[in-house]
Amino acid sequence: MASKIKIAVVGGGLAGLAAAMKIAEAGHDVDLLSVVPVKRSHSVCAQGGINGAVNTKGEGDSPFKHFDDSVYGGDFLANQPPVQKMCEMAPSIIYLFDRMGVPFSRTKEGLLDFRRFGGTLHHRTAFAGASTGQQLLYALDEQVRRFESEGKVTKYEGWEMMSLVLDDHQVCRGLVAMNLQTLELKVFNADAVIMATGGPGLIFGKSTNSQVCTGSAVSACYQQGAKYANGEFIQVHPTSIPGEDKLRLMSESARGEGGRVWVPRNPQDTRNPQDVPESERNYFLEEKYPAYGNLVPRDIATREIFQVCLEGGGVNGENQVYLDLTHIPAETLTRKLGAILEIYEMFVGDDPRYVPMRIFPGVHYSMGGLWVDFDQKTNVPGLFAAGECDYSIHGANRLGANSLVSCVYGGFVAAPSAIDYAKNVERKNTETNGVHTSELKRQQEINNNLIKQTGTENQYQLHEEMGKIMTDNVTVVRYNDRLKATDDKLIELQDRLKRISINDSNLWATQAVPHARQLKNMLELARVITLGALNRDESRGAHYKPDFPDRNDEKYLKTTIAEWSGEAPILSYEAVDVSLIEPRKRDYSSGKAKAAGAEEAQKAGLPLKEGGTPQFVPEGFEQKPKNSDRQNIVNEKDAQIKDGESFKEIHEKD
Amino acid sequence: MNEANVEKKRLTNPPQTVNISIKRREKLGAQQYTETFEIPYRKNLNVISALMEIRKNPVTKDGKQTTPPVWDMNCLEQVCGICTMVINGRVRQSCSALVDDLLLAAGGNTITLEPMSKFPNVRDLTVDRTPMFNHLKKVHAWVELDGTHDLGAGPRMAQEDVQERYAYSRCMTCGCCLEACPQYSDDNYIGPQAIAQVRLFNMHPSGKMNRDERLEALMEDDGITNCGNAQNCIQVCPMSIPLTRAIYETNREVTIHGLFGWLRK
Repeated sequence: MASKIKIAVVGGGLAGLAAAMKIAEAGHDVDLLSVVPVKRSHSVCAQGGINGAVNTKGEGDSPFKHFDDSVYGGDFLANQPPVQKMCEMAPSIIYLFDRMGVPFSRTKEGLLDFRRFGGTLHHRTAFAGASTGQQLLYALDEQVRRFESEGKVTKYEGWEMMSLVLDDHQVCRGLVAMNLQTLELKVFNADAVIMATGGPGLIFGKSTNSQVCTGSAVSACYQQGAKYANGEFIQVHPTSIPGEDKLRLMSESARGEGGRVWVPRNPQDTRNPQDVPESERNYFLEEKYPAYGNLVPRDIATREIFQVCLEGGGVNGENQVYLDLTHIPAETLTRKLGAILEIYEMFVGDDPRYVPMRIFPGVHYSMGGLWVDFDQKTNVPGLFAAGECDYSIHGANRLGANSLVSCVYGGFVAAPSAIDYAKNVERKNTETNGVHTSELKRQQEINNNLIKQTGTENQYQLHEEMGKIMTDNVTVVRYNDRLKATDDKLIELQDRLKRISINDSNLWATQAVPHARQLKNMLELARVITLGALNRDESRGAHYKPDFPDRNDEKYLKTTIAEWSGEAPILSYEAVDVSLIEPRKRDYSSGKAKAAGAEEAQKAGLPLKEGGTPQFVPEGFEQKPKNSDRQNIVNEKDAQIKDGESFKEIHEKD
Repeated sequence: MNEANVEKKRLTNPPQTVNISIKRREKLGAQQYTETFEIPYRKNLNVISALMEIRKNPVTKDGKQTTPPVWDMNCLEQVCGICTMVINGRVRQSCSALVDDLLLAAGGNTITLEPMSKFPNVRDLTVDRTPMFNHLKKVHAWVELDGTHDLGAGPRMAQEDVQERYAYSRCMTCGCCLEACPQYSDDNYIGPQAIAQVRLFNMHPSGKMNRDERLEALMEDDGITNCGNAQNCIQVCPMSIPLTRAIYETNREVTIHGLFGWLRK
């Protein structure tokens, strides 16, 4: 290798900063691009904590148990080797953040404290107050600032990636980005590019995601040949606070402390909720699931609330139900839930101690993303991905507090992998053969045409329409006819997008041009999500089809791969690496036994067969008649719920 | 619990429409001007959703077609700090500024939005807060690590100390404290934000080892002695960071370091 290698990192959240820090520390140059100043990235929104089996509570926790919980929670759709590697690395990641100065909560002895979280029986979640994501992001921001002041990292904040620069052999040689103030387009030469741009929540209009979470840059990679995997797996959180501008998360602990979910029996009831008598309230979760009531698992709660509103039963016929804490003494609430109730009060204006909260499920996280191998390499040579924008860790459903650890893990693997690649890749004549300038020209033409374009369509209106139909049809409950209709609508929106006019005659720092470009890219990814869901005729994790209510491992224990074609995405399926833990039915009523059984089997070096742990419903459930009718499913769920002795571990998956 | 708290004071007789009066600027250095927009009142509006409404169809109250107002926003949960602006004369985040509350406090049906005045005004309501990030470089607001490889657990700390550090570590670099500070303008004073970060890192067992260079950064011309003790910063900090305490504690450290620091050299 003749000259110094250079790596571009796109995105300044946890994954991007983790990668940038590792590359700079190894002595290489990094260009770090971010739409917003990196300290304002979406990672700040994570509240709960970061998982790592440090086992300071003498509970016999282990990285293997963390691994088992994670693949089980993900309904076995994740390739297992990287999940295992992540769980093994997790304790050292937490220690590293502690050394960087993250104010993690402490025990009496001054050690790190850990809390319980969803999907496990162990105290495995390190936390810094109620703002762990903010604290972790700041720690990396500080370290990267140190490297920046030493000249090893160059930040480009306020720059948005438009496209990759690919050479004639489809090898990534850098990227083109746009300055959001001047609209200047610029080539960033790089031997390797790491994508770390987070999730695509804005495709659903309003979500719990930040405004930068458009998925636009990832979509650009997809349109240039990168494979997008498992797009249809979108996590929807049951309780978010609907806002005019976004959905804000309401922690599950509100229900944990006794919150009751209800709607007026008459949806047109205009009385204040406090004035609606008990007899005219429909506590639909308690009625349908008498054993667990409001504390049914997250996916069930999400589906039920969604269904009630879809049928017009929401409060005032709108997409909202009451989450009521007013029967609990105010001082108890203040003591136990103070911080989260303040958030509600700050943004809604009502005090939840006295007025029932209005909540609705909200799109929260994409398990799908760019396809990567176990070294975070995409199928495009020279292009890597890490964090929420890659698909690799969470399978069909993410467990709470696994997102932060997966971001850092992804960055820590992508960095050495990209360095290794960059050291060995031949630049050949790519610096002189004009691939960079021709891509720059192509992007400039797109901008020029967009600015000249005239028409009667309004891009913000189109975004709203996309968000609405995606939220209605491609989130909690999915039907094939509606998915098909959604795709038709997306095609219509793509066509109408050609007739928008940029309504801003002042192009300095305009948001109209970037948004129009994001919208085009979002529509492409929306089709990937929708058609991936249409094609997957089963229910698994966050993907639920009432017409196909069972998991079907025979046909769909496979990763969905979408490739761009200019028309509809081309879908194919790839086997999942389940070499370490044999898939079994996801059934939380037997949660306690499964982890122990799994570990014993592993210690004994045995493959995990059904005989080992009789508590599980073993594999083979797929031999059940397909499409068993709905009543059976409901009965089955009720049966599970009645058996369950250990509900706690399921009720908070975030 | 006081019965008067049963329900927050609400706007009982909301107006049909709300006027949003925006101080605008086409680009850096251009003349500032005001445009007023009228939007229909809806329950649960915040300033951001009002701006989104205007952006969709930017026509002023007088019926003049204009450019969409430009502002910064991201998390909309008051944790990223980007959407800070001056609303009805007070600096704060626009995501957590509820239209009902603003109308209730001000009377009438007009809300005024202005960009922060202490930073370069890029366009309309957006400003460039790069100086704040430069301050963080200047005071070495990080822990010096031997490396990011696995070196086992970090230092033990008492929960009490962690809690104090946690309060400082919530600073989202929004700039409210600098906007409200009568001493801060044109970088002649580094301001409460950076001083609180010095406190944050000087309290950490490993951060402490580079204590002196942080203190010395605060002993320059723009240093801590410029604080005029107006205490505006603590009034406007959206994260309730004990900024005045940070200034007090750090000033004490700086003084001691100034008097006796040379002995340790």
